[in-house]
Amino acid sequence: MTLFDEMRLGGQARDPYEDYQSWFDRQDPKRLKQKADDAERVFRRTGITFAVYGEQEAAERLIPFDIVPRIISGKEWRRLVQGIEQRVQALNAFLEDIYHRQEILRAGRIPKEIISNNEAFLPEMIGVRPPGGVYTHITGVDIVRTGENDFFVLEDNARTPSGVSYMLENRETMMQLFPELFQQVKVLPVENYPQLLRESLRSVKPEHCDGKPTIAVLTPGSFNSAYFEHAFLADQMGVELVEGPDLRVVDGHVAMRTTQGYRRIDVLYRRIDDDYLDPLTFRPDSVLGVPGIMDVYRAGNITIANAPGTGISDDKAIYSYMPEIVEFYTGRKAILQNVPTWRCSEPDSLSYVLEHLDELVVKEVHGSGGYGMLVGPAASKKERAAFAKKLKARPKNYIAQPTLSLSTCPILTSKGLAPRHVDLRPFVLVSDRIRIVPGGLTRVALKKGSLVVNSSQGGGTKDTWVLDD
Amino acid sequence: MLLGRSANGLFWMARYIERAENMARLVDTGLRLALTQTSASSDEWASVLTSAGVRDLFEEENDAFDTATVTNFLLRDTGNPSSVLSSIDTARMNARMVRTALTRETWESVNEAWMSMHRMLKRRVDEQDLPAVLDAVKRETALIRGAFQGTMLRNEIFDFAQIGTLIERADNTARILDVKYYVLLPSAAWVGSPLDNIQWQTILRSVSALRSYRWTHEGDFNPANIADYLILNRRMPRSLAFCYRGIQDSLDYLADEYGVRQSCNEMADAKVEKLKTAAVSDVFDEGLHEFLSDFIRDNAALGSQIATDFRFH
Repeated sequence: MTLFDEMRLGGQARDPYEDYQSWFDRQDPKRLKQKADDAERVFRRTGITFAVYGEQEAAERLIPFDIVPRIISGKEWRRLVQGIEQRVQALNAFLEDIYHRQEILRAGRIPKEIISNNEAFLPEMIGVRPPGGVYTHITGVDIVRTGENDFFVLEDNARTPSGVSYMLENRETMMQLFPELFQQVKVLPVENYPQLLRESLRSVKPEHCDGKPTIAVLTPGSFNSAYFEHAFLADQMGVELVEGPDLRVVDGHVAMRTTQGYRRIDVLYRRIDDDYLDPLTFRPDSVLGVPGIMDVYRAGNITIANAPGTGISDDKAIYSYMPEIVEFYTGRKAILQNVPTWRCSEPDSLSYVLEHLDELVVKEVHGSGGYGMLVGPAASKKERAAFAKKLKARPKNYIAQPTLSLSTCPILTSKGLAPRHVDLRPFVLVSDRIRIVPGGLTRVALKKGSLVVNSSQGGGTKDTWVLDD
Repeated sequence: MLLGRSANGLFWMARYIERAENMARLVDTGLRLALTQTSASSDEWASVLTSAGVRDLFEEENDAFDTATVTNFLLRDTGNPSSVLSSIDTARMNARMVRTALTRETWESVNEAWMSMHRMLKRRVDEQDLPAVLDAVKRETALIRGAFQGTMLRNEIFDFAQIGTLIERADNTARILDVKYYVLLPSAAWVGSPLDNIQWQTILRSVSALRSYRWTHEGDFNPANIADYLILNRRMPRSLAFCYRGIQDSLDYLADEYGVRQSCNEMADAKVEKLKTAAVSDVFDEGLHEFLSDFIRDNAALGSQIATDFRFH
């Protein structure tokens, strides 16, 4: 497999990187290294950190930041946007359908069992119409590239996708470190994301709410791995950052305890999982949520973003049906390709997967964050044998995909530029219309040859540029 | 509009920053005494621990009141919730919780103080390095105070933090005085032996007031003046009267803004009035120790009343 490098092709800079390359060639490598260290100090000082589960001594870590931007041309981006818009429209139409008439099941386009046996499907949402009819207000669509014109959606994140604060801070940091660069290369801005998010949330306020709705961000608390992002977004939007114990249901509305008594909340951007949202409806031991909030929701008195139950649309078992789903609801073929996927629940697929473990990536259907997956080509014989056992014991729990030769983009190492694999997570806002800031979060595998870009597995990030061309 | 939980976070963030600084100052004082009169230094360390309100806790784990053990306990022991390290941890945890209410400068100063104190106090501190470390701790908290006072809008957010600082500070001053109340009793040594002179200076030093006392009283160290200075002087930033005027101010602003006066306002008003009209002779007539223990109790009660009135929980 030949690797596609986004910066250099046949010894020359690819078009989108031309200006950057000529700037780079004029730089003193020592100064660049110095800038990279500066960036790390800035992140530490401002407390842009995340917590890694299961690592006690390093309770707060930085996500490594690489100073070489990942650059996408305007033309490439416009094509991606079409595909992304089509995809999130399909996701929302699917959710609407699956919690109401279930036409797609009746049409036999996807099997019934995949819904009825799925924990991500919330029976509590059947027949509930979210304010504005929107389910996935914020979606992160993970995209990988394998060639000049080959983009694949690796997965959809329709629950509570994170990482947008890194997108914003990465840009801020780059502009501080290299102001002159932004004068030479025209990069589309991303800074207005928080304003777009606020507008977007405002426009799906509950029907009863006249005038400006009160918006709040619900966080599990300051020990959560993404707490920095929750605080950051609340701050940038100018809304309150609340925790479960701040909230209670008062007179049929959700209200927050202020120094002057309870105040009504109209739109809640929650960053806790469905399970924890309402101890009266879901996990009774949850202290992160609000007892009774689901009743308020069903009565149409609060907007919850994202809506409860969206997990059924980004489940890895559903993922393999996305081409059918997109076509069913939009009437057109999917613009963005899916990665071919074997469902291990199907006997033929399972035996294929077991025979080809050394060339496949096997993932847990309900897993996330890169935990519990097998990258066949990188695994030892022993690891593959151990994984095969797990696979045979619970085939339904797994899907498998070919190992894609992900595109690379260079990072700055002590020995100069070196190619590393990247992916891209654009953030899509859905409400009265679809809003996407140009770019997204580029995650990069820092280890040579590694395909795993998750921050919890040692991945880093880059600023992502969409050119104004 | 401010969440009750955020008001609580601001209040405790400020208290613990103040506490970290007070701890450093107490250790500084103890260290100086240990240097000047080696024979009684273990008594002095014991009274430093009492002032810090952690003597019982200390004795659960330790038998000896030697410099190394006590300073380690007060600076680094995370089992001691009031140690410098625990205090800055708690302060930062609260600051992180309310970071959207803080200016960038304030948050970063707290975060940097936390990082630098962890660096300095990672290992046991050598006795010879103690002065430098204590200076650094005080410098970090001074930076936080500077960032806070210099950049924060004077609104409810400011007021809750301000109240936290002043309640903690008043508590600290009152405790230091109470631990040493017997050396201030007029009957004991009105004339002032050399030993008392050192004790009196120690009290002043432990609230950073030695030099300013000299400006005010021209180096005339006597118990009445010292008690007057630390209890009733309204211009001395660590006196009880000063702290309470500040608390009253902030509570008045909150009452104006919210359009309601509550129990905490009455409590603060009463205390301010008492500190304003009392002469130091009244304090001695009431009994210095009784006066101070009442004060410490009322001060804590005001803290709880504020938590109730403003729905901290």
